[in-house]
Amino acid sequence: MIGAEAIVKCLEKEKVKVIYGYSGVAIDPFWNSILKTDIKTVLIRTEQNAAHCASGYARISGEVGVCAVTSGPGATNLITGIATAYADSIPLVCITGQVNSDMIGSDVFQEADITGAVESFVKYSYLVRDVNDLPRIFKEAFYIANTGRRGPVLIDIPYDVQMAELSGKFAYPESISMRSYKPTVHGNVAQIKKVIKEIEKAKKPIICVGGGVHLSGATEEIRKFAELNQVPVVSTMMGIGVMPTEHPLCFGMVGNNGQPFANRAMNESDLLLMVGARVADRAVNRPDLITENKVMVHIDVDPAEIGKNVGPTIPLVGDIKHIFEEFLKYDNHADDHSEWLKMLEGYKSSMGSLRSASTGKYVDPKDFITKLSLKMKDDAVYVADVGQNQIWSCAYHIVKNGRFLTSGGMGTMGYSIPAAMGAKMAAPKKQVVAVIGDGAFQMSFMELATMKQYKVNVKIVVMKNGFLGMVREHQHYAYDDNYSMVQLSDDPDLSLIAQAYKMGYMKVDGDTDILKALDEFLKDDSSCIMEVSVDPMDLVKY
Amino acid sequence: MKRIYSVLVENRAGVLSKVAGLFSRRNFNIDSLVVGETADKSVSCMTIVSSGDERTIEQIEKQLNKKIDVIKVKTFKESMSINRELMLIKVKYNKENRRDIMENCQIMKADIVDMSKNMMVIQICDTSERIELFIEMLKSVSIVEIARTGTVALTKCNEQ
Repeated sequence: MIGAEAIVKCLEKEKVKVIYGYSGVAIDPFWNSILKTDIKTVLIRTEQNAAHCASGYARISGEVGVCAVTSGPGATNLITGIATAYADSIPLVCITGQVNSDMIGSDVFQEADITGAVESFVKYSYLVRDVNDLPRIFKEAFYIANTGRRGPVLIDIPYDVQMAELSGKFAYPESISMRSYKPTVHGNVAQIKKVIKEIEKAKKPIICVGGGVHLSGATEEIRKFAELNQVPVVSTMMGIGVMPTEHPLCFGMVGNNGQPFANRAMNESDLLLMVGARVADRAVNRPDLITENKVMVHIDVDPAEIGKNVGPTIPLVGDIKHIFEEFLKYDNHADDHSEWLKMLEGYKSSMGSLRSASTGKYVDPKDFITKLSLKMKDDAVYVADVGQNQIWSCAYHIVKNGRFLTSGGMGTMGYSIPAAMGAKMAAPKKQVVAVIGDGAFQMSFMELATMKQYKVNVKIVVMKNGFLGMVREHQHYAYDDNYSMVQLSDDPDLSLIAQAYKMGYMKVDGDTDILKALDEFLKDDSSCIMEVSVDPMDLVKY
Repeated sequence: MKRIYSVLVENRAGVLSKVAGLFSRRNFNIDSLVVGETADKSVSCMTIVSSGDERTIEQIEKQLNKKIDVIKVKTFKESMSINRELMLIKVKYNKENRRDIMENCQIMKADIVDMSKNMMVIQICDTSERIELFIEMLKSVSIVEIARTGTVALTKCNEQ
């Protein structure tokens, strides 16, 4: 058996169902060997999107997403996708072809030091020197990617290693032993007890959930815990969907793009459980406010996140699901929090939206997204891109029992279409809607071809305003409307693009009956582009 | 605040660059960094001297621990450990100052390890502070070049 066949065997052992990628000579032995298996391969149209597809797939399936590309430009094109996954802790295994081992370092054709280039945004990387190491390396890679704080792992495999014969029979390791990697799963018992005591004491407790809750699969536990103890929940952008938006205990998204009442709720609490959130600058721009006059408990699987941006009163390292299972074991005697909840409801209704609806020939984003949410299926996946469309989506999309995906940490434009494809492939029966601006659409619409080729049907809403809206908005405030590099003049005709890719197309403007249009848009499972005319001067202001 | 990190790592290609890269990327200081093998050939020991405020010092330890190739991190203050650095220093001498240099070497327990008719190489193994002091003492002499190893450290026997 040669190396390339061994890689495929490893992927089978890891029960990999689909691989996104691109070909090239340095990875061709692998693509040749994969022909003999049932693993589905998806030829994307540019490498970056292979990682985004794998990311969408991983987030919906809970499995590790896998992508494979060739050496040199193939590998470097993948970098943005890897960095995006790293920023949001998404488990990926990325395979790159490499030039022959004895050529490495001599700058031959399509050679790039990819392990060096991605060092700061992979959880770990391997350059395979010996074909016989492949089974161990793959076993470790999948384990590292999908345990502890999840993240991407890159395996760089020279051409000659893919072609080399294994010296013995292929044997996939049953177990893992890495003396240098032992993630903490179970929370410290004494710390858990301390937290329980604080919960019992608290008059104004609140939970702030982040993306870690989804990654740990702890949504049920958090909901149960919140309901049992009547604790309100706010979320970061990555934590949207942990609580259904209309749940009486859900109080919106925090942060500088969040709802003012959510920030106020968090700041005025006397006990803050920060769960699977890294207290990033966009979520908490004044860390002092979330430690002032309160007990702050920081629960995270990554010890390095605790105390990085803010010093908690009680640190608690471990897997969120395990920790909340422990919390639920205690027969809590939490105080009656009805007064605190009443206060927060008051904030919610009095600190209402400041935005005035756009009228006339444009569609009001709030009105549109609210109606889209109402028409979408309960368990649908909503993938927001980056920019104004993302902030509007965070504010107005009503999550019922589905998921809300977006590139939160890195803010990578063009994430939504490939991620939506990955999500759809992970859950083919679910409705998947990507919401994207006309800027990011032009960064990623080459994947419409992939959608067609593999019959992955995604609904795409393009919020078109002829501007890079989020930055235009920034220049509106920061540079007195002196716009530079934000205008998308002579935008392409989206109806012709839809036609070119043989896809459905609809256009919605100020005169359209939106509910009726949405019924039409979502009536079946076919791919369709809906162009929504948005006022170029609209702002995200809540 | 100064801290010494004694970091046991897998003895593999690329580990040094991963650790050094971590410091530059996260804006941590490196005062010195020394790597060498341990009794176990598959494990290397990096001794890193760094400084920063309390949060930075804690973050350095946590971020080091996060690296998959890092097996163990021990952090300690200088007072908790035996710290040594080796310096080779090449100086020009003449008849007038030869005696002075030799006396300074005697006082500082330094050895003259190589000599020609107008130059000598002196070796000293001591704490960084005393090495600085020795350089200061030789300032009146013309120093040609200096090579220093950076600090290696082991915790004192009664420190755990």
